[in-house]
Amino acid sequence: MMQEDYLTVRLTVNGVAHRLGVEPRRLLVDALREDLGLTGTNVGCNQGVCGSCTVLVDGRSVRSCLMFAAQADGAEITTVEGLARDGEMHPLQAAFWEKGALQCGFCTPGFLMTGVELLRRNPEPGEGEIRDALAGNTCRCTGYEHIVEAVQQAARENSGEPIDTEGPPEVDIAAEVVRGEGS
Amino acid sequence: MKPPNFKYYAARSVEQALGLLAEHGDGARVIAGGQSLVQDMNARRVAPRVLIDVNSIGELDFVRPEDGTFVIGALTRTATVERDGDVTGRLPVLAEAAARVGHVAVRNRGTVGGNVAHADPAGNLAPVALALDAVLVARGPDGGRDIAVADFFVGPHRTSLDPTELLTEVRLPAPPPGAGSTFLEISRRGRGWGLAGVAAVVALGDDGTVSEARLALSGVGPTAVRARDAEAAVRGERASEETWRAAAEAAAAALEDPPSDIHASADFRRHLAGVLVRRALGVAAARAEGRS
Repeated sequence: MMQEDYLTVRLTVNGVAHRLGVEPRRLLVDALREDLGLTGTNVGCNQGVCGSCTVLVDGRSVRSCLMFAAQADGAEITTVEGLARDGEMHPLQAAFWEKGALQCGFCTPGFLMTGVELLRRNPEPGEGEIRDALAGNTCRCTGYEHIVEAVQQAARENSGEPIDTEGPPEVDIAAEVVRGEGS
Repeated sequence: MKPPNFKYYAARSVEQALGLLAEHGDGARVIAGGQSLVQDMNARRVAPRVLIDVNSIGELDFVRPEDGTFVIGALTRTATVERDGDVTGRLPVLAEAAARVGHVAVRNRGTVGGNVAHADPAGNLAPVALALDAVLVARGPDGGRDIAVADFFVGPHRTSLDPTELLTEVRLPAPPPGAGSTFLEISRRGRGWGLAGVAAVVALGDDGTVSEARLALSGVGPTAVRARDAEAAVRGERASEETWRAAAEAAAAALEDPPSDIHASADFRRHLAGVLVRRALGVAAARAEGRS
């Protein structure tokens, strides 16, 4: 493909600004994994069905296999790597750990991102609301009971407060990372 | 699989999008939420040479209740409609249909215009548009035109939109004050692809008879369809379970050729259409009476 067919995309991922050169067909999930090395976000079905590639784009959950990287120009993205702070697990991650809400772990990043969005919007979800919100994420080994319990526990421990009102760290534009441009 | 490559343009205005559509013609596709299109591209079912991204056209993202009509910008996200206070309050049929589109992440991105223009036979918003006698507003190289929803859906994933046109608004005339409405769907899982769905609107007269009924079904034919025989079966009748059963029979009998696949046989879909019509009329009538 000719160099001029590459698009320049600026996006912020977990508080770090990036400038990327991508083919138009580059899916956001592949840009995250292959271009930025953020392999926490998994590709399951590549069809928008399984939910394992769920990330937050400007605070809202999105299937990163159903969005082109070019469409994320100017967006703020949070992946599972952006949940922990200063070496401390995010409260929802801690709850997954305590409840044993994972087995092979492949689907876990998607469940976490979906759960974080839910608990930000609705700090005290009922079990039905939790199951409804998580219905777009598929787990093929542990099953859903422990996952639902983990979200309930995280909500309880946060006693009705939004789970993490704190936004991502300040963006350091000077540290903008350039990759793949014109390559 | 990964999608084949294409030229990508981010349109900043309707005019720019129309210019690009005119320039690239048949090989171009408009991408809004992309929740169906990118899926099709990933599976290589479609391979557009050009994508015209309309996500930056903010003027198409709005919900505007005007006198008696809900005007919804084509770029409005399904999740926005699902939670909009005016919609949930006055047009539950739309809020409920929107809330059953895909899953949260799909609704965050998928748009009202995209859902309608994709013309999926099992799509949720088409029966709502049909039941409310919607008008679809399109802009093209020669200006704008209003398309009555009855003339919009042509076949599976086919509409009367010209390739050079862009759907910009969906205008939904609100039902008369006091009417009740609902959207119901049956899927193999609690959440999931609908085998059949129904949009229902019911208004009751002072004497407790049905003064107005609108019904439209999805998933039971090549396009969503109005269930006019079922509507006729309840109009002027007493609001009762017996009346709803008569409508259910009429709706099932009127279906020409429901699809048959691994998820459901044609007979089962026909059965579901009746069940949905009966239940939806009950819910909508109860709402019209202010009972729920």
